[in-house]
Amino acid sequence: MSVEFLIEHSPALAIALPLVAAFAAPLFGKLGSFLRNLWVLLMLAFTELVVLLMGQDVLANGARVYALGASVPSLTSPFGFPIRIVLVADAMSALFAVTAVSIALLAFIYSWKYMSDKGGVDKFYTLLLLLTAAMAGLCLTGDFFTLFVFLEVSSIASAGLVAYNRSGKSLEAAFKYTVVSAVGALFLLFGVGILYGKYHLLNMAAIAAEMAISSSFLDVAALSMLASALLLKSGAFPVHMWKPDAYQQAPVNVTIMLVTTALLSLYVLFRICFTIFVPVMGSTLGWLAVVLGAASIFVGVTMALPQKNLRRLIGYAAVAEVGYILMGVGTSMVSISRMDGFAVQALSGGVFHMINDVLDMSLIFLVAGGILYVTKKQDITELSGLGHRSGFLTVMFAIALLAISGMPPMNGFASKLLIYESVYFLNPMLAIIGIAGSMMMLALFVKIFASVFLGAPYRGIVAPLPLSMAFVMCVLAFFIIVFGLFPNVALDLIVTPAVQALLGKAAYIGGVI
Amino acid sequence: MSDEGMSVIVKTVSCVLVVPTVVFGLYVIMHGHLTPGGGFPGGAVMATIVALFLVAYGKDGSRKILKKDCLSAAESIGLLLFAALAFAGISVTFFSNFLANTGNWFGTVIPFGPNPGYLVSGGVLPLMNIAVGIEVFAALSAIMILMFSYSGDDSK
Amino acid sequence: MISIHFVAVALLISLGIYAVVFRRNLIKIVMGISVIGSGVNLFLVSLGYREGGIAPIFTNAPQTAMVLPVPQALTLTSIVIGLAVTALMLSFTIMLYGHWKSLDTRKRRLLE
Repeated sequence: MSVEFLIEHSPALAIALPLVAAFAAPLFGKLGSFLRNLWVLLMLAFTELVVLLMGQDVLANGARVYALGASVPSLTSPFGFPIRIVLVADAMSALFAVTAVSIALLAFIYSWKYMSDKGGVDKFYTLLLLLTAAMAGLCLTGDFFTLFVFLEVSSIASAGLVAYNRSGKSLEAAFKYTVVSAVGALFLLFGVGILYGKYHLLNMAAIAAEMAISSSFLDVAALSMLASALLLKSGAFPVHMWKPDAYQQAPVNVTIMLVTTALLSLYVLFRICFTIFVPVMGSTLGWLAVVLGAASIFVGVTMALPQKNLRRLIGYAAVAEVGYILMGVGTSMVSISRMDGFAVQALSGGVFHMINDVLDMSLIFLVAGGILYVTKKQDITELSGLGHRSGFLTVMFAIALLAISGMPPMNGFASKLLIYESVYFLNPMLAIIGIAGSMMMLALFVKIFASVFLGAPYRGIVAPLPLSMAFVMCVLAFFIIVFGLFPNVALDLIVTPAVQALLGKAAYIGGVI
Repeated sequence: MSDEGMSVIVKTVSCVLVVPTVVFGLYVIMHGHLTPGGGFPGGAVMATIVALFLVAYGKDGSRKILKKDCLSAAESIGLLLFAALAFAGISVTFFSNFLANTGNWFGTVIPFGPNPGYLVSGGVLPLMNIAVGIEVFAALSAIMILMFSYSGDDSK
Repeated sequence: MISIHFVAVALLISLGIYAVVFRRNLIKIVMGISVIGSGVNLFLVSLGYREGGIAPIFTNAPQTAMVLPVPQALTLTSIVIGLAVTALMLSFTIMLYGHWKSLDTRKRRLLE
């Protein structure tokens, strides 16, 4: 298997390899847990290699399309008409595919020890790999129906993972999550149906090309269906209630996958808005996103204040973080319709913040999981002075709290600054809400830091932190610091090509059909 | 709680019904590339026999007949077979139909236009239907057995 | 042109949303989601309907108009996915009943 072969088939392999690994995991589980873990690790590492090769190739040579089942991978429309399932890897989708698969790999390494004393791990890994495949599919899909399928696969797999503990609370959280995502996915299917009824097409690029010629009220109806469905899945303000429940009740290695899934549904929303629905978008959706973003920040931060459970508190902080992304991208949508030149900056801020949010949230959830692992205590009021016992967790928590609240040496600062700057020109009040939200988040996390890590030395039992869990946290902290110290490198290297790909509608359509 | 199921009449009739149900399920699976149907409906038809057994023999009686471990292994095998068929075409593209119209196995070359239906045509499609049929039968049966035998305690 | 099946679609979807939003029984919520799913499936199928068309089966087909096969394939996929979602939610319901000893969401809320 040569490298060219891997690159040529990379979009299909990125989805197929985790799927095969998922189906085979229970069979390997019958042979022994070490063999099964090794198999999952090798398959995930191989997938990671494939998506990294794909990303590097996409940055160097431009977008890559892959028609499943065609006689040549690039033959998307054999009779001048797109009939096959098409996968598209451009800079944007490759960026998120790499992010999703990397987080899955890290989550697996973390779970090696974290899950070792629990039951039903075979099924757990099956669902984890299924979720990985669905996330890669969400990034790479080029047609609407496959999008619906991957969205449903991701929500079924993540609901199963949320309910993994099978306690009453986790079942309740999983039920809530399934209701929200099932209704959302059906809305999405309805929107896809409207589009199919109008264009008799499912391919995103072909619909975009047709819509540029003639757009009508039906497109607006379809867009509102799709946007509401994806906002439901992303956990922004009006339907944020599933988010803290699910994030609190899932095992933390699942929670970081859930964070990534929520952001991927935002990625799909942006892909749809900026690449397909440009003719009908106008500034209404942009303003809606900005207002929902501001409301999410407000609600997330204020609801986080009274929480006693650390993971639930971070869950509300995650609602606020989604608010920042929506604010940045909403500004960009308004700015495109006004043509006032802030679109690229705001969108860069939004996209960069998505990557940063995945890193920050993953790190802080993993630290919370680490605290749970070493002390076996859920309630933060029972903990104090842990800093004397576990210096490593203290440092990691400090890095994560600075990154989440957007303080200068960390990555959160760079992306939030871009968002503040651009949203300031839309309305100064919004920038003030954003900054105030960050300040409150800082106050909140410093309070937790003081109460959990400082004070008289902790008396209870502190188990040693396994090396694999520490390794994962180190990797995340490394990227947080690197992106924080050299934001221009990250922006030039990955974010700007992604933003160009997102805004380059003509290139996308031309590349696919 | 002992659950011995229903009367001997119901048990016997459900045993008799196994043959026609399975045959009909296999027919739907095998003709999936010619007529409406295919792996999912056929597998679902075959899984109805499991539902019948669960009702007729009750919790304890059906546990002897239906093995949950076998079903979950069959589920994995069906899925892996499907994925393997998709991977087999990767020298062209993923999912490419490398058997169709070759004249070999399932590769009958079909003339253009309406025809009475050639069973051994369609390349990998009938094989994929079989894989999906195995997986759907196993998965639906496993779901029904699990739901039926859940007793409310969470000790598993 | 508003056909009768689109009215049915609207009725089914609003009925389902009503059940999901206002009903307090877990099984009724699951039923509501299934009803929304049926409405969407009906919408997809009716998109492909052609006046006087026959089923899109190529075996011994006469030379007349056929209904569109693509929406039917989509509907079949969405039915399969709907089955998975319903099974998942029902198993959550069964297990939650074991914890709550009730199906009413107003009683025994564990998460605050």
